Amino acid sequence: MELLELSALTLGGKIKKREISVAEATREALKRIEEQEPEINAFVTVDGEGALRQAEEIQKGIDRGSFTGPLAGVPAAVKDNLCTKGLRTTCSSKILYNFVPTYTAEAVWNLEKAGAVILGKTNMDEFAMGSTTETSAFGVTRNPRSREHVPGGSSGGSCAAVAAGECFYALGSDTGGSIRQPSSFCGVVGIKPTYGTVSRYGLIAYGSSLDQVGPVARDVSDCAAVLETIASHDTKDSTSIPRKDLDFTAALTDDVKGMKIGIPRDYLGEGLDDEVRRAVVRAADVLKDRGAVVEEFDLSLVEYAIPAYYVIASAEASSNLARFDGIKYGLRAQEYEGLHQMYKKSRSEGFGPEVKRRIMLGSFVLSSGYYDAYYLKALRTKALIRQAFDRAFNVYDVILGPAAPTTAPRLGESLQDPLKMYLGDIYTISVNLAGLPAMTVPCGQDEKGLPIGLQLIGDCFQEKKIIRAAYTFEQTGGGQDR
Amino acid sequence: MANIITDETIEYVGILAKLELSPLEREEAKKDMGRMLDYIDKLNELDTAGVEPMVHVFSMNNVFREDVVTNKDDSDDILKNAPEKKDGAFKVPRTVE
Amino acid sequence: MSRQYETVIGLEVHVELATKTKIFCGCSTEFGGAPNTHTCPVCTGMPGSLPVLNRQVVEYAMAVGLAANCQINQYCRFDRKNYFYPDNPQNYQISQLYLPICHDGWVEIDTAAGKKKIGIHEIHMEEDAGKLIHDEWEDCSLVDYNRSGVPLIEIVSEPDMRNADEVIAYLDKLRMMIQYLGASDCKLQEGSMRADVNLSVREAGTDRLGTRTEMKNLNSFKAIARAIEGERRRQIELIEDGKKVIQETRRWDDNKESSHAMRSKEDAQDYRYFPDPDLTPVVISDQWIQDVKSRQPELQPEKMARYQREFRIPEYDARILTSDRHLADLFEETVKLCGEPKEVSNWLMVEAMRLLKEREQEPEDIRFSPAHLAGLIRLIQEGTVNRTVAKSVFEEIFSRDVDPDQYVEEKGLKMVNDEEALLKTVQEVLEANPQSVADYRGGKEKAMGFLVGQTMRAMKGKADPGMVNRIVKQLLTK
Repeated sequence: MELLELSALTLGGKIKKREISVAEATREALKRIEEQEPEINAFVTVDGEGALRQAEEIQKGIDRGSFTGPLAGVPAAVKDNLCTKGLRTTCSSKILYNFVPTYTAEAVWNLEKAGAVILGKTNMDEFAMGSTTETSAFGVTRNPRSREHVPGGSSGGSCAAVAAGECFYALGSDTGGSIRQPSSFCGVVGIKPTYGTVSRYGLIAYGSSLDQVGPVARDVSDCAAVLETIASHDTKDSTSIPRKDLDFTAALTDDVKGMKIGIPRDYLGEGLDDEVRRAVVRAADVLKDRGAVVEEFDLSLVEYAIPAYYVIASAEASSNLARFDGIKYGLRAQEYEGLHQMYKKSRSEGFGPEVKRRIMLGSFVLSSGYYDAYYLKALRTKALIRQAFDRAFNVYDVILGPAAPTTAPRLGESLQDPLKMYLGDIYTISVNLAGLPAMTVPCGQDEKGLPIGLQLIGDCFQEKKIIRAAYTFEQTGGGQDR
Repeated sequence: MANIITDETIEYVGILAKLELSPLEREEAKKDMGRMLDYIDKLNELDTAGVEPMVHVFSMNNVFREDVVTNKDDSDDILKNAPEKKDGAFKVPRTVE
Repeated sequence: MSRQYETVIGLEVHVELATKTKIFCGCSTEFGGAPNTHTCPVCTGMPGSLPVLNRQVVEYAMAVGLAANCQINQYCRFDRKNYFYPDNPQNYQISQLYLPICHDGWVEIDTAAGKKKIGIHEIHMEEDAGKLIHDEWEDCSLVDYNRSGVPLIEIVSEPDMRNADEVIAYLDKLRMMIQYLGASDCKLQEGSMRADVNLSVREAGTDRLGTRTEMKNLNSFKAIARAIEGERRRQIELIEDGKKVIQETRRWDDNKESSHAMRSKEDAQDYRYFPDPDLTPVVISDQWIQDVKSRQPELQPEKMARYQREFRIPEYDARILTSDRHLADLFEETVKLCGEPKEVSNWLMVEAMRLLKEREQEPEDIRFSPAHLAGLIRLIQEGTVNRTVAKSVFEEIFSRDVDPDQYVEEKGLKMVNDEEALLKTVQEVLEANPQSVADYRGGKEKAMGFLVGQTMRAMKGKADPGMVNRIVKQLLTK
């Protein structure tokens, strides 16, 4: 079992030195998957055969010297909203239950070029809409750290798979906190990069202006290395940004001396669980001890992020998800009379309640007479939120806070009240509205043993600052209980 | 609840979104949407006069491709996932009466 | 009908741009091809695919806008128009609503009452939809996405037109202008130019606009004219009956010469436009506008004026020669080769037009090369062929683009200038027609025409008519 405890970079190093073969690592991971999956259900699709075949190919490539990167041969998992050629991609929705893409998402392709072994596709909230991975049409995923609890969402499968040792790292996506919140709940590290850093080509869109692909890993170094691998300027994605500073692993230095860290007072206020608050404050103290300048400040507008987000994300989703109509791919209802009934039946049978709820809301806020009052209002609010962050980053290098107000809730607790579930995204959502990079690192656990995550937010294109802060914190053993 | 969602509204949104709700779902949707809109109305507390709506977070513009054919015939791939097809085309219920 | 009514018409004209690739992907825009062979994940709305804008579309849209005296929106953007229909693979069309690329322009048309300016409200860029084929055997429809994503501009006029003649003059004007720019071939029949007619009527003398309807499915100028007349009458009848015109979209059936409303409960006509988050704004610098302007070719009005000035061609002829860019190019190239503008103009205006009409073709269908027409004109000037023969040679050039030198040589069509041979033929003709000879000598001058004709016939048309005339006269008066 020792092999599965290794970090991705350590395993990559050993594979390079021929101490471990790619096949060996892949077989170990598949064995763990076989053991864990009946209970965890982190995967929608496990591609054991494909993975072993890839392992063989990649081993040859490594032996030939064509794969030289630090992650070559390391088994990974991919969230099921990233298209994978020849491998079913469902978005955890019944409407795509049989969809097999004929192209691979750019982020996944970047991994493949670096010699990753793709083990399979991880479970998620249907179309990434949810915070618990309970809205999946393929069953709930359990939190490996406490199986009666949710792993968070929507990238719950990716985070659970990493936490359960079923893979060495995974890709997730983050529209309102979908990498950072489940990373927090599962005790792993996750990064949502600056909007435009990782190509969205092949990522099945939820809220196009907010969606970003990012890594989930066991430690900060792995996370930085994966981000460095998947980030690229992609001419197939008009919103992809050409950047020259993608060498994120260069920021893995144990040094925060003089770094200015701000904690928004609103992030520690009402609604925050006491144990989470204590852990976050303790983490801030640790960074202070390491030489950072830490102070509290007023970010403002925090409570407006969620309503603005639900207008924008739902509006975009209502349009993005219109293409699922039973004509080109996916589910078509069995019985219908005429075109419009075919549409309605296919979509009503294919989408789950949360997806329907957001499509309805999104259609409504865009409909005649409401566009200005809701949609434009939300876009104006977004501009103000961005300005608030701009002001903050004039003063601070990094903003620190919790990733979620609580630790992982029990299974079945959250879906009762959608609005309450939405409020759980309060610390993560504004980051997407402003396009900022942010990451979660574990910073302890509560009485029940559930992990608590620390969120570090950077200014646009300043991933390196948050990676440096996270790495420094990690080096102190900051709340890590492993 | 300040926002009362009527049956007509739900019906209308259902037509726009091509969703057919069961009577139970319909009641749920009325309640959920009303509550969400109440919550969203919180935005009205903010004075956004003179604030330009922000579509893109970055001022990127003029992302173009050149007018050069790069794609070949991929019709087999394109039709691979079609629930129903005929003669190289996607088959749908008759669109005109 | 006691009251007088005025018809108010505005047009929405869709033009398929002549780019090599689609607006948001690298698929070919070539016409035809088996279903779905010019498609990719982007233009079939596959999950995860993303659009990237074809620069040439912006260039063409700007070129048309500038030619139509429009303002250019130097910050423009794409919006999504949301509606479900199988020809629309994403179930939204990427178009421009809030910030279209061009606005507030005009074009000038000639009407019975003189020149008139038709306002252009806006021009926007958008993607075309796929094609639906109705399968009669299986009672289903088949979707072909080859046309999906082909770039279009939509030119929205102000409600400035008052009758079908003005509408057709306006469409002709746009078509000519856009063809000149090379931005589209503008073929109504093939659908690369399509017009939707917005029409309302009001009592003459009032300013307020009546309720308008939008008429779709107009595939020819004739259909447009018929639809305008039909809709005008329908609306007036409604008003006269005390009923109301409903604002709606109607589909014209040119066979039945009537229209029907395209309404259904499932078409809410609420398109929920919002800015497309997948595309970045287009920012157009002054420099870019200047560049497009400087590349703008000479347009029809200038060309027509130049023909009159430079080639001394009458206005009427100049107008026809410039009515089609291909025809004008052919004219100029031929003149360049032979230096005879009058002669070239005559061939094109008379013979070419006659043949086009006979064959129900358009000037753009002319396929022969300027060198061959120039060659024919040279043969006439050199006296190698006479005009009668030249006409038949021209027909061959027109039909098969034959090389006139080679053709005349092969078919032995050279004019016979051998005086002795001609003299002999005339003598034979006179001997064979003593009555005519007698008639002429008896004062019936007409008889000479017959004898000349007979001689030409005997020479198989290859004789120089002048020479034949002279010799016949010579022998008759001997």
